Amino acid sequence: MMQMGMVARGFRFAAIVATVLTLAACAQTKTDGLTGNATPGSGQDFVVNVGDRVFFSEDQSTLSAQARSTLDKQAQWLNKYSRYTVTIEGHADERGTRQYNIALGARRANAVRDYLVAKGISDSRLRTISYGKERPVAVCNDESCWTQNRRAVTVLNNAGS
Amino acid sequence: MFSTVASRLSALARSTGSALACVVVLVAIFASAPAHALVEIDVTQGNVEPLPIAIPDFSGPGGDAEVAKDVSAVISADLRRSGLFRPLDPASFIEQNVNVGTPPQFGSWRPIGAQALVVGSVTRQGDGRLRAEFRLWDVFAGEQMLGQQFFTTPDNWRRLAHIIADAVYERLTGEKGYFDTRIVFVSESGPKDQRVKRLAIMDQDGANVRYLTRGDSLVLTPRFSPTRQEVTYMAYSDEAPRVYLLNIETGQREVVGNFPGMTFAPRFSPDGQKVVMSLQQGGNSNIYVMDLRSRRTTRLTNSPAIDTSPSYAPDGSRVVFESDRGGSQQLYVMNADGSGAERISFGPGRYSTPVWSPRGDLIAFTKMHQGRFMIGVMRPDGQGERILTEGYHNEGPAWSPNGRVLVFFRDTPGASGGPQLWTVDLTGYNEQRVPTEGFASDPAWSPSLD
Repeated sequence: MMQMGMVARGFRFAAIVATVLTLAACAQTKTDGLTGNATPGSGQDFVVNVGDRVFFSEDQSTLSAQARSTLDKQAQWLNKYSRYTVTIEGHADERGTRQYNIALGARRANAVRDYLVAKGISDSRLRTISYGKERPVAVCNDESCWTQNRRAVTVLNNAGS
Repeated sequence: MFSTVASRLSALARSTGSALACVVVLVAIFASAPAHALVEIDVTQGNVEPLPIAIPDFSGPGGDAEVAKDVSAVISADLRRSGLFRPLDPASFIEQNVNVGTPPQFGSWRPIGAQALVVGSVTRQGDGRLRAEFRLWDVFAGEQMLGQQFFTTPDNWRRLAHIIADAVYERLTGEKGYFDTRIVFVSESGPKDQRVKRLAIMDQDGANVRYLTRGDSLVLTPRFSPTRQEVTYMAYSDEAPRVYLLNIETGQREVVGNFPGMTFAPRFSPDGQKVVMSLQQGGNSNIYVMDLRSRRTTRLTNSPAIDTSPSYAPDGSRVVFESDRGGSQQLYVMNADGSGAERISFGPGRYSTPVWSPRGDLIAFTKMHQGRFMIGVMRPDGQGERILTEGYHNEGPAWSPNGRVLVFFRDTPGASGGPQLWTVDLTGYNEQRVPTEGFASDPAWSPSLD
């Protein structure tokens, strides 16, 4: 009926990459300013020196000045290292309903995609996916965590190559 | 006594292809008094006084005593959880060893306050099947209200109990029971930031859990087909997350439709022939319906907004859904062809996950206001809003097939928090947790199994 095996393997690979990048991001948070020595053009360089994610206000998908600044740097970097394709993951905090948050995550990922396209990144290098509220990075139950979860993350698809 | 059989029903053999298949065959209905309900249901006030009912352990000869006792315990638990009945403490019973074949001594049941009495037995047949008989007595009138007998395989004893509980419920309330039903849900395990989610199915009381997926891909929002042993749900197992159909007996699954983007929030039409769902198009989400026979898809909404959570009226003529087209999440009702959408929710807060009652009279929803998550109902014209439960996080109501009870999930905050399944009836006074081994979310009720 479907070729699930192939597709599922591809998806798992993407998930593993995403996990590594997230860990890298966490490590950087603790040693901010001390690890500027990532190899230029590497996945670590993107996460550490550019910033792989932008954040949103509650129930919003508009890009803040800070988000636009991060995305400007992402666009510059992606223009320079054109071998990468990226997946933009849209996420929501837990304070919404499941279906709506899936749609809201999609809206956030698309806001990032549209911005990067406007900054000259080819649409063909960009893919979006929404995880709604299914993949929080912070698990406390107050605004300090929810602000981290309302995010769009630009994930390099071939960072290992 | 059993020779006074008034009518012999043709055996209701269930289809043999079904895994549920059944096994339970209603053989005969004994003479019963003219129908009148002992329980009056008032959905707004709540039944402050549940009906006192005596359910002595069913009798069973020798080795059957245990299963007989288990059957009566499940019947008692079903009726108690409905909130409409109060099974009496067996320690108060005066008449011991009451026999299904002889009328009870009504004088010994009246003093303990029993208004109804269920007497039964379970015995193993020569062919290995169980034979269950029960009688429902109106204690004050001194009359039999119901008498039935069933045959089933021993592994099906819980269904036997639920079917008897349904018969008692229906006879005493005048409404269809909902105990012989199942709930499909998402079983959750692992830490909050790395949850593993699996589709699972269980009896409505939490027994007989069976997993339908392995947990290797994220699965969300399963919904039962009203007509077949199928569920539709959303899964992240392909390039784009999509809506799937899964046959819960064969395990065969397929993608619903050939859409260019993510599809989500699926639900069957009342005739089981269509699946209505959302399709993501850029930053917007619109509602589409696909005919499962012709595979033809039709667009129902076209707005620069999030339109999702569609749910059909039971007659299929209209669809309720949520949209933020007006600036915040609100409920709308449109015709089944997508025309004539009108907003129906106007209270303070955001409204989401509408679901039309199988009776047609109410729409249940999740409401978010001032950091509280509530489950409520309103009429399809938006009038008569009532909140049934509220707290930190209540979400995703689904109706029992008789339209009396809602199952939903309640989440608890923090790193160790997680969702569990609860039911609340239309009075809002009777909340019950549905026991599950771990965390559980996104419940949907099956139609009646018969």
